[in-house]
Amino acid sequence: MAMKVFRSHLLICAGTACVSCGAFKVRERLEKELKDRGLAEEVKVVITGCNGFCAEGPIIVVYPEGIFYGKLKPEDMPLLVEEHILKGRPVPKLFYKEPIKKEIVPLLKDIPFFGLQVLRVLRNRGLIDPENIDEYIAKDGYAALHKAITQMTPEQIIAEMKESGLRGRGGAGFPTGDKWEEARRFKRLPKYVICNGDEGDPGAFMDRSILEADPHAVLEGMAICAKAIDSNEGYLYVRAEYPLAIKRLNQAIEQARSYGLLGKDIFGTGFDFDAFVYPGAGAFVCGESTALMFSLEGKRGMPRAKPPRSAEAGLWGQPTVLNNVETFANVPQILLKGATWFNSLGTEKSKGTKVFSLAGSINNIGLVEVPMGITLRSIVYDIGEGIKDKKKFKAAQLGGPSGGFVPENLLDTPVDYESLEATGAIMGSGGIVICDESTCMVDSARFFTNFCVEESCGKCVPCRIGLMVMLRKLEDIGEGKGQEGDVEFMEDLGQHIVRMSHCGLGQSAPNPILSTIRHFRDEYDEHIREKRCRSLVCTHLIRFQVNEEKCKMCGLCLKACPVSAITWEKKQPAKIIKDLCTKCKSCIRVCKFWAIE
Amino acid sequence: MAKLSIEDLKKIKESVQAGVTLREGGYRAKVNIHMGTCGIASGARAVMTTIMDEIEKRDLKDVILTTSGCAGLCSREPMITVELLGAAPVKYVDLTPEKMREIFSEHVLGGKIVEKYALAVGSETTF
Repeated sequence: MAMKVFRSHLLICAGTACVSCGAFKVRERLEKELKDRGLAEEVKVVITGCNGFCAEGPIIVVYPEGIFYGKLKPEDMPLLVEEHILKGRPVPKLFYKEPIKKEIVPLLKDIPFFGLQVLRVLRNRGLIDPENIDEYIAKDGYAALHKAITQMTPEQIIAEMKESGLRGRGGAGFPTGDKWEEARRFKRLPKYVICNGDEGDPGAFMDRSILEADPHAVLEGMAICAKAIDSNEGYLYVRAEYPLAIKRLNQAIEQARSYGLLGKDIFGTGFDFDAFVYPGAGAFVCGESTALMFSLEGKRGMPRAKPPRSAEAGLWGQPTVLNNVETFANVPQILLKGATWFNSLGTEKSKGTKVFSLAGSINNIGLVEVPMGITLRSIVYDIGEGIKDKKKFKAAQLGGPSGGFVPENLLDTPVDYESLEATGAIMGSGGIVICDESTCMVDSARFFTNFCVEESCGKCVPCRIGLMVMLRKLEDIGEGKGQEGDVEFMEDLGQHIVRMSHCGLGQSAPNPILSTIRHFRDEYDEHIREKRCRSLVCTHLIRFQVNEEKCKMCGLCLKACPVSAITWEKKQPAKIIKDLCTKCKSCIRVCKFWAIE
Repeated sequence: MAKLSIEDLKKIKESVQAGVTLREGGYRAKVNIHMGTCGIASGARAVMTTIMDEIEKRDLKDVILTTSGCAGLCSREPMITVELLGAAPVKYVDLTPEKMREIFSEHVLGGKIVEKYALAVGSETTF
């Protein structure tokens, strides 16, 4: 059958980030403009999953030229269609502008953000329509499943996985092949395959983007796992906050069923496998594997003690393999291209690539996939193109609330499981939040600890009460009530919580505090001894007075103050009237010279 | 729908490939049609539709069509540039849909330059 030919494809990113900044409005206008000019039959508009460059959304990439347009508005569409599509003249006004040198870069492949990435898991992102299974099949989709079912024994699949060196991408880094092998060893049927898409870390959105951009890759990986361990049923536990991912997954499952790629007798081989989506209710602890399984069973999501491991007694007490979204998305290509292809990239113990979401104070916010072993510096400065608003880098927070902060002097740490752990952070699921000089480390530790206190399931004492005590201490320090010995107390208590908590959440919850103490002890000391917060975040420690030496007499603070508590005259330093000041920090935010103390 | 076999998978893959090749830059021949105001005014659109029709009719997967602005020789529009992988680009001038079909089967598919319509081989020197 011949497909209708289009001379050009316009790929609109419809990941959650782009949709929320108006991608569908842009698409509507684009389609109208194309129709009005009679171009709708020549040019195809394709909706794709997350393109990755979320900071530039909404995004359109025009093929065959491969030209990247970012930050589009519906009003830009007439110009784009008239000039580029009709007359073939790309529109420089809408090109991507490189943030440091301010040079325009028309081609997607030349943009450093894209150029330095190695796409394996995300190979189809922004390139295929995730709502159309045919496009996935055109990119060798389901060929790996066919190979696994018809040409390989379960033992061969597991051997290939073990040789590839793939480790769990959810954070702990357990070798995937070993996990599958263990589940295969237990012969009790039925067995289950679970995909963990709970992704609760603040600032992390890798799994969401994979599910939105390439849902079939995850389904195919699960089906291959099912073949390897003799399972016929799989569940995808996806948090309910990801409506678009859930919608696309359900669509993908429907399409795969209609093609017979899920369901009974796949490829006519007698192998049955079906998958179901289960929306999680948004508890952070349900990302922990045993809690997740209880939640699936309809029980309260609370971790249990191990052993037995899930491979022996998981969902409904049956042998179960639970892997992360990204782990499953890696599987089809490992089978298709071989273990040696996969482990040709990476470091000695960490193979392949890792997807990271870049967030916080960085120029290129978005989703990146890099080879294991790349340095954090390269991620922050080459791919991320540096810190926003020319501020100074302070720390990279990795691994969410269970992770830690990596300071400037450790930025050359290569990205692999062991090296990151040595810095006090963890690989985690891949969230990187960049903090600049205006971030207070004590306050950040408080933020993450507060998160863990709220999300603690309450089952065991060290986590439930210990974290609460830690949080109170941090609040005291932030309010100027810190005392000598507080830091040592928190270090001691933190160690106890790490050792005595029941599950991974509690065992890692003190990490933000412990790692900030380790790398930013001087900030704690300043808060406690000098009652000073150098980043001007902790309101109680700010005096709200103008340092006349630093003041450049620009008057910006006067304009920003909502309660007229600042007086200023030309060529005079500003003054803050303490009785009127509400300590809202508006002046601090606008002052470029750090003149308010 | 009936159960898919590996052959069905391959068929789907092939039929969709044309579109996906376009996005990957893997092609054998590129036909660039100059769509400046001058080109459009002298009938470039009809020439372009002809090319699309040929690609579709023959179910080609390795030929792509691009558009660009005025090539500078407005008096000889409609113009196209045919670029076969590994060969120097060839510019054709004063085109009509009929001439276009001839060029398409002779040059784009056959690899033989149609000298009677060609203006020049090669492109301008750029610095």
